[in-house]
Amino acid sequence: MSDQPLLNVRGVSKFYGSRVGCMDVSFDLWPGEVLAIVGESGSGKTTLLNCLATRLMPTTGCVQYRMRGGNLRDLYQMSDAERRFLMRTDWGFVHQNPADGLRMTVSAGANVGERLMAVGNRHYGNIRTTASDWLERVEIAQDRIDDQPRAFSGGMRQRLQIARNLVTSPRLVFMDEPTGGLDVSVQARLLDLVRGLVSDLGLAVIVVTHDLAVARLLSHRMMVMKGGKVIEQGLTDRVLDDPREPYTQLLVSSILQV
Amino acid sequence: MTALADYNFAYLDEQTKRMIRRAILKAIAIPGYQVPFASREMPMPYGWGTGGVQVTASILGPHDVLKVIDQGADDTTNAVSIRAFFQKVANVAVTTKTSEATIIQTRHRIPEETLGVNQVLVYQVPIPEPLRFLEPRETETRQMHALEEYGLMHVKLYEDIARHGRIATTYAYPVKVAGRYVMDPSPTPKFDNPKMNQSAALQLFGAGREKRIYAVPPYTDVVSLDFEDHPFEVQTFEKPCALCGARHVYLDEVVLDDKGGRMFVCSDTDFCETRREEGHRGEMLGDIKEAAE
Ligand SMILES: Nc1ncnc2c1ncn2[C@@H]1O[C@H](COP(=O)(O)OP(=O)(O)O)[C@@H](O)[C@H]1O
Ligand SMILES: [Mg+2]
Ligand SMILES: [Zn+2]
Repeated sequence: MSDQPLLNVRGVSKFYGSRVGCMDVSFDLWPGEVLAIVGESGSGKTTLLNCLATRLMPTTGCVQYRMRGGNLRDLYQMSDAERRFLMRTDWGFVHQNPADGLRMTVSAGANVGERLMAVGNRHYGNIRTTASDWLERVEIAQDRIDDQPRAFSGGMRQRLQIARNLVTSPRLVFMDEPTGGLDVSVQARLLDLVRGLVSDLGLAVIVVTHDLAVARLLSHRMMVMKGGKVIEQGLTDRVLDDPREPYTQLLVSSILQV
Repeated sequence: MTALADYNFAYLDEQTKRMIRRAILKAIAIPGYQVPFASREMPMPYGWGTGGVQVTASILGPHDVLKVIDQGADDTTNAVSIRAFFQKVANVAVTTKTSEATIIQTRHRIPEETLGVNQVLVYQVPIPEPLRFLEPRETETRQMHALEEYGLMHVKLYEDIARHGRIATTYAYPVKVAGRYVMDPSPTPKFDNPKMNQSAALQLFGAGREKRIYAVPPYTDVVSLDFEDHPFEVQTFEKPCALCGARHVYLDEVVLDDKGGRMFVCSDTDFCETRREEGHRGEMLGDIKEAAE
């Protein structure tokens, strides 16, 4: 990990009218670090993630991102064009429902190749070879390259969505409940795959989950949210093995009982 | 139709024409950009070229000479009724000769004869949005045009090659205009795309149902999208026109009998007739010399 944070988050709050989405969240994320945001349903995880990924504008707060050139940019001050460029090159976003992140009516190859074409790649053969390599990397048989994701299982769709995001070698990937819609057996395989890719590629990841087992397996560090606020954060093993807040203790004990 | 006699010159009232002309001027100023306009009801159904008719009505003057083609022919129902409409409401001269026309309204084709600076080509457009195929949300396609995010167009071409081994899109083949906006030439065959590039004639596009006008000003770059390893190519035909012997023109298939007999002839009927008047003869008319040349 480098000596300068990738993301500086300061005082981010989002209100929906008078309702709190998330409140006064601050943290730093380091290159290559995996941060899990955990908490029960309605605690503000998705709201926070969407604010960080600029899919939502926060009511107040500031997020700075370290660009590939090393300079820090305030995400909410960027132009739409710059932000969208960042989102399809240096970032990825993995939705819980793969249909939200895939084009269901174009082939797997084109789904993976889209970002390459978006950044100006104009050689069909190269795009196809890269797409094929990525399918293999996410354990989708290469002879499925011309099939549409409609014909894929839930687990395959999710792996395709991941490949589609990683093809431009992003440095930061956001994930919202990436295993949420999958069967338990399929979840384990996906988690293994994600863990391998993250460490191979040195990705920084912010992953939202209500499942502490996902946090345990993937993340270095975690934040616990309740009522829109971060009530505890620290290294994942420390938080799970030695929770300080009574609420976290409850969360942890409830999973242990499962 | 007698009621039409009471209408303003070229059917539309002057206020509406001014509104459409403003949209046209804006379209010319931003080549390839789709300008929204308040499309009017016309006395013909959508799909009959109401967008093109409104554009023509707004630029038509009493001294213009109008030609209307459909699939390259002047004598199809659609072309005949639009021509008759403007004769009635504007009393303008009409022609089937490309070289004599000052305004040519078209569906599907660009005339084979090179157009000049004193000519305007008006296209009837059914679906103006080239990104619609993969992105149905209008808010999103606008944003993509604004930010020049055109990766999706290549996704479409990629799919073509993956499925057919080559770019199989043969009409409505997307182009980039003046290095900026991606535009749908609409139902013209890709054969005609190169004619749009650096054309001396002004090209105006009207989509009535979708309420959009766009334009390619004279001498503007119009480039067909492609891949480095699958470059843009126009259709080629194995034989010359069976009637006039022309090569390198767009041909239509004509069925001759119920025993599989067929021939290929110019889709541009004026072009074909002019060549025959000049003495050119294709295979069907017995001149073996030219057909074999
Ligand atoms: N679009 C919205 N409009 C109004 N309230 C919302 C909206 N989205 C989320 N909320 C509210 O904000 C709070 C946090 O929601 P969310 O971020 O979705 O939580 P989580 O992802 O942890 O389940 C909840 O009270 C939720 O009802
Ligand atoms: Mg959520
Ligand atoms: Zn001919």
